Amino acid sequence: MKGHVSTPVIRCEGIGKRYSLGERQGIRSVREIVNDVLTGRVFVQEPAREEFLWAVRDISLEVRRGEVLGIIGKNGSGKSTLLKVLARITAPTEGWAEIRGRVGTLLEVGTGFHPELTGRENIWLNGAVLGMHKPEIARKFDEIVAFSEIEAFLDVPVKRYSSGMYTRLAFSVAAHLESEILFVDEVLAVGDVTFQAKCLGKMSDAAHQGRTVLFVSHNLLAVESLCTRAICLQDGKAIFEGRPRQVVNAYLDRMVPAAVAVTYQAPEQAPGNHVFRLRRAGVRPLAGSPGDALTVRTPFVVEVEYWKLRGDVSVEIWVEVYNEHGVHLFVTGWQDRPAAPAGLLRSSFVIPGDFMNNGLHHFQIVVSPESPTDVFHCPGTFGFEIRDTSEGQREGTEQGDWNGAVRPLLQWKCESIESGAGVVGEPQPIALPQGR
Amino acid sequence: METRVAALSPNPTIDDPSVAAIPEGPVTRISATAPAPLFPATDVWRFRGLLYFLTLRNIQLRYKQTAFGFAWAVFQPLLIALSLSMFLGKLVTLPSGSVSYLAFVYAAMVPWQLFAQVVNEVSQSLNANASLITKVYFPRLLLPLSSVGAGLMDALIRLVVLLPILAHYHIRPTVAILAAPLFMLLAVLCALGAGLTLAALNARYRDVNQALGIVLQFLFFASPVAFPSTVVSSRWTFWYGLNPLVGSIEGFRWSVLGTGSAPVVPLLAAAIITAVLLVTGLYYFHRAEKSFADVI
Repeated sequence: MKGHVSTPVIRCEGIGKRYSLGERQGIRSVREIVNDVLTGRVFVQEPAREEFLWAVRDISLEVRRGEVLGIIGKNGSGKSTLLKVLARITAPTEGWAEIRGRVGTLLEVGTGFHPELTGRENIWLNGAVLGMHKPEIARKFDEIVAFSEIEAFLDVPVKRYSSGMYTRLAFSVAAHLESEILFVDEVLAVGDVTFQAKCLGKMSDAAHQGRTVLFVSHNLLAVESLCTRAICLQDGKAIFEGRPRQVVNAYLDRMVPAAVAVTYQAPEQAPGNHVFRLRRAGVRPLAGSPGDALTVRTPFVVEVEYWKLRGDVSVEIWVEVYNEHGVHLFVTGWQDRPAAPAGLLRSSFVIPGDFMNNGLHHFQIVVSPESPTDVFHCPGTFGFEIRDTSEGQREGTEQGDWNGAVRPLLQWKCESIESGAGVVGEPQPIALPQGR
Repeated sequence: METRVAALSPNPTIDDPSVAAIPEGPVTRISATAPAPLFPATDVWRFRGLLYFLTLRNIQLRYKQTAFGFAWAVFQPLLIALSLSMFLGKLVTLPSGSVSYLAFVYAAMVPWQLFAQVVNEVSQSLNANASLITKVYFPRLLLPLSSVGAGLMDALIRLVVLLPILAHYHIRPTVAILAAPLFMLLAVLCALGAGLTLAALNARYRDVNQALGIVLQFLFFASPVAFPSTVVSSRWTFWYGLNPLVGSIEGFRWSVLGTGSAPVVPLLAAAIITAVLLVTGLYYFHRAEKSFADVI
């Protein structure tokens, strides 16, 4: 059995896919074509003025039978393009791949469903689109219908279905696909939470049946729990490969920088006004350097480095902190009074640990010199991510994400108001889950 | 190769001797440069089930939610034939040989509509199925191929209705009627050939949609549907003969109405032009195929 497990079923070497950039995507108007003919450029293979983007470049992989390979990466990192090239939906620009076995591609739920056709007709059509053979569909037809729970509406056009019924039917056809190799995009896992769980459950079934799965996902947790191996793409290239947990961690470290810091080299180029010129702004753990990971537990420093052009006036620096939903969490400010001498300065403050919630955050800098009419808003925002390393467990029994804009660890205590009701123990720090 | 893959854990099975064991199942080769056949016969055969279901879908969709259903396949040519015979047959009195003008026109409507319908459906086939093209693999040729069935189905129904019309005008078909399917096949292949090019073009340039209706209308007047070829002035015979529909329409008419002799020269011309259209269609489709998912 071990031999089976290690047989490579997918091999690819130097896969690259190039797209034309821009709205027109290589579509040229008659005017351009006529122009090309007149200038003789029609014989040139690639018009020089077009710009290209390598969505995927130099990808070499070997996937063995029974492996579940997770592909992670930011939006636009080339995950879906790689899947589409391997699924033969789009041709590579360079490189080659070899795939042994029947491939099933699930990039969306209900590919090929037609609203005018009945549920019954769509099962057949969708099954065929996914690559099932007629006898295979015939054999599983009843099972598919039973699983989707739409027996009563089998001969009704699916345009009359509720969206829930539609998705159930579409998913149950997809779930009965039994190809040896499965390419799954996470968009498959749309819909409500139970449906997502069902999808992921089916995925892990597939994995346990010894089928080879390529799984593209943003859901790092799913990648960690389902996959046997993972690769991480950035700008179309594979930058990490290995055990899912390691790759996910590497991805988090690399892809989501703890702080996005811009450094301006000289006050002449830096944003600012006649007193203040920004050099750099960023975030670092109190006991660490810029770029180190921030967690919900660690206190961290927000630093603003700037050139002060004049020593005779003082500046006020305000920092506004927002979370990923755009909620303005708080604003904090400071004034250099008495006015500091001109020069390169660093102003900073500490945000305590056990205070911020996990997630993406950003801050903005507002500088107001002495006259209130001369308020300067620093262009751009400065992003940072706070991670939950404790997997949600901190106090009490609450696990997972915590609701709320902030997540302070507060000291609770309990005291007896009326004696005799019982013995009250020592006060314990405990916070109740909010909003559940 | 500049691949910089930071391997976080060594691949544990890389030296496994069993790697050489080749599992069964089809081997697919994907490559930027690999030559593919002009007509991917084995691939089409492997996906014949999908071809069947796509064809079935196109037939099923054709008259969904209509009260008259497949009767429309007959109503359309019949109504056109009736109006043509009213205006051109009665008012303008175009010649129709020894048979009634209505039978003359309806007989021509069978191959003409077959052609027009197949060209139309085939050239829309890629755009109408863009969601399939961008989400799942199958030989793209299945889409134009599966668009032929619905037109053929309609043509068969029209053919059946032709029989009572012939009987009504006391037209006794000769043995030549056995050749009728051949002329229909010619019309279908011609439509498919032209449609393949148009479909591939249409994926990139939606101009095809805009132009097709006008071109078909032009072709209708340039084909012997409402008039016999005999009225075409000798000055134009050559250009007129380049219309591949002349062969299939005149041939079909000859075979079902049993009038005159077989139009050998137009048939030869039609066969040659159809072959050219088919080959160029397949070639252009094949070349454009790789980029369908990217441009559609």
